[in-house]
Amino acid sequence: MTTLLVTRRMTDHPTDSHTLNRYESTGGYIQAKRAMDSSREELVEEVKASRLLGRGGAAFSAGLKWSFLAPARPSYLVINADESEPGTFKDRQLLERDPHQMIEGIIITAVANEAHHAFVYIRGEYPKPARRVQAAIDEAYAIGYLGQGIFGSDYDLEVTVHLGGGAYICGEETALINSLEGLRGEPRLKPPYFPAAKGLYMMPTIVNNVETVSNLPHILSMGSGEYAELTGNDDTGTFMMSLSGHVNRPGNYELPHGITWRELIYDIGGGITGDKKLKAWIPGGASAPWFVPDQHLDLEVTKEATAAAGSMLGSGAVIVMDENTCMVRAAERIVRFFAHESCGQCTPCREGTTWLEMILRRIEEGQGRAVDLDLMVDVSDGISIGLAWPPRMTTICPLGPSAVSPIMALRSYFRGEVDAHVDAGGCPFLPTTRGAPDGTNEGDRRSEEDLSTSGGRGSGGRPPEMTGEDVDRVGGAS
Amino acid sequence: MSLWSETTQERAREIISRYPEKRSAVMPLLYLAMAEDGYLTNDGMAEVAVWCGITPAQVRSVASFYTMYKREPTGEYLLSCCTSISCMLLGGDDILGAVEDESGVPHGETDDEGLLSVEHVECIGACGGAPAVQVNYELIEGVTPEKARELVRWLRTARPKVVNTDEMQELFGGPRSFDWGISEEDGAIGPYPAFQPLGTVGSEGGG
Repeated sequence: MTTLLVTRRMTDHPTDSHTLNRYESTGGYIQAKRAMDSSREELVEEVKASRLLGRGGAAFSAGLKWSFLAPARPSYLVINADESEPGTFKDRQLLERDPHQMIEGIIITAVANEAHHAFVYIRGEYPKPARRVQAAIDEAYAIGYLGQGIFGSDYDLEVTVHLGGGAYICGEETALINSLEGLRGEPRLKPPYFPAAKGLYMMPTIVNNVETVSNLPHILSMGSGEYAELTGNDDTGTFMMSLSGHVNRPGNYELPHGITWRELIYDIGGGITGDKKLKAWIPGGASAPWFVPDQHLDLEVTKEATAAAGSMLGSGAVIVMDENTCMVRAAERIVRFFAHESCGQCTPCREGTTWLEMILRRIEEGQGRAVDLDLMVDVSDGISIGLAWPPRMTTICPLGPSAVSPIMALRSYFRGEVDAHVDAGGCPFLPTTRGAPDGTNEGDRRSEEDLSTSGGRGSGGRPPEMTGEDVDRVGGAS
Repeated sequence: MSLWSETTQERAREIISRYPEKRSAVMPLLYLAMAEDGYLTNDGMAEVAVWCGITPAQVRSVASFYTMYKREPTGEYLLSCCTSISCMLLGGDDILGAVEDESGVPHGETDDEGLLSVEHVECIGACGGAPAVQVNYELIEGVTPEKARELVRWLRTARPKVVNTDEMQELFGGPRSFDWGISEEDGAIGPYPAFQPLGTVGSEGGG
């Protein structure tokens, strides 16, 4: 039903798609060699015409990004392989299974942007992908495709693999640049620090995602026109989607834009585990506002349709939640993530995400109050004004506003579920929305007895880190 | 006068040569310092500062920013259980509970022997094979609470010198995010990422 581009080789040749031999025997590096003979203008125009959008989450035109490169030199290329958005694991597969495809994309991007040093910033928790990429880079160096005078030309290109240290924020391009410079991974203000103007070492820098550059050999091979025509809509080419949660067939899928969410979850994902009902899903990674079946199931999976419905495709991570999932706990888990990963520069994010986490935890643990949802909306308003989409940020980067997405979901769709927690003095669902050890999700509601002994006020459960009074006071002052 | 062995110093020089500015080598050198001492000591961070031409305070500001730089003594095996959203939905909290219960080591701590450290972590990019754990950042997908208990017992009895992801996936794993395709012999030799250019990787053959 679909054209495979970036996952074609690993699909056809599952045992050796990562090797130079297989890569070259299936057409690899031809486009990089061709790119050597092209001018910067030609390459930028070709990629612009393909309407390739960045696959890291922001979905910005890759060609346009390249066109912004300031004239100062040296320029640098940084590949963002710091894949850390909860739900996302597509770059891991591209790195492990087809590293030469990315390297060819690196060569094309470097030539187009006159860069002679590229960095691949891989998250520290991905040592195996890093080993595969390094092995492929070593192969490319050995045959003269990287290093001094690549492909027999006078063009030098060094590639350095850099391991991250376990910080989600380094996926934000200016934080990544700081991290690569040996500083704390704190985002920089834009303007003035647009990487294309003042990036790595204050020099013009292109930061592109793994999947984005992995598309480049295909764009040059088929031509931007054909690439742009692959789908019948504005989102060109294919899109890697990571399916996880309560679906029968989780995994990465390379899809054309334009199928519906129903097709994605029920046909491609095989439906909900245990034939349960779908309660909600997150369409584009933990940062994205949630979707619910009665409003969004038949929408098209495109950037435009998703944006029009108030969310985003983001990193392509689809997290599916069945009818037995506690929405308060799911929200808590996502907000906890952003609180943990906040770099701490901006007060609304540093303080706000922590408040939200504590309020959600107290609701889940039976200390919730009737005003808590409104309180969370108020705190959220301080991070992301009006809880609008796209966010009206009060922060340097979008991390803080991302933490507000689950609060938007609770307010819009699951107010009753929050109230039920408050009324019952605890979570009306299983304690951890857990799957049973055999992998089935036996999410029956907790018995009355459980509720009365483990969730209620003053019970022996874990004490909240902050009392309701504290949160009220601090929150009320904003 | 460096505190590091000649081999480690050679490695440090080589790492620094990969960057236009030596300060950029802070992160890889921090891993090197961890490999040298088992965790990040004050002396190790001071050494990194010398190599990178910055102050020890600047090194600590970087080290304290990231979760993978362990500034406390860490076990030979760091067992990280993912409890982020996708793993949580499929029982990640139960995996953490089983690991803590079987090992007697709660989140963020290390056993008396210095063998096993346990932590819960945010998303490790294994959502399609949830719930997932890592041992010294080597991945195991599709874990059950019982398999997680077996993993703890195995680490304590077998005490593998090299922690290999394929071996552990075979012994303790289940469904994966995607077909891993190719097996490899390299693995981790301590609680830091196994990556040859850092000199922190081990091979079954090489010992």
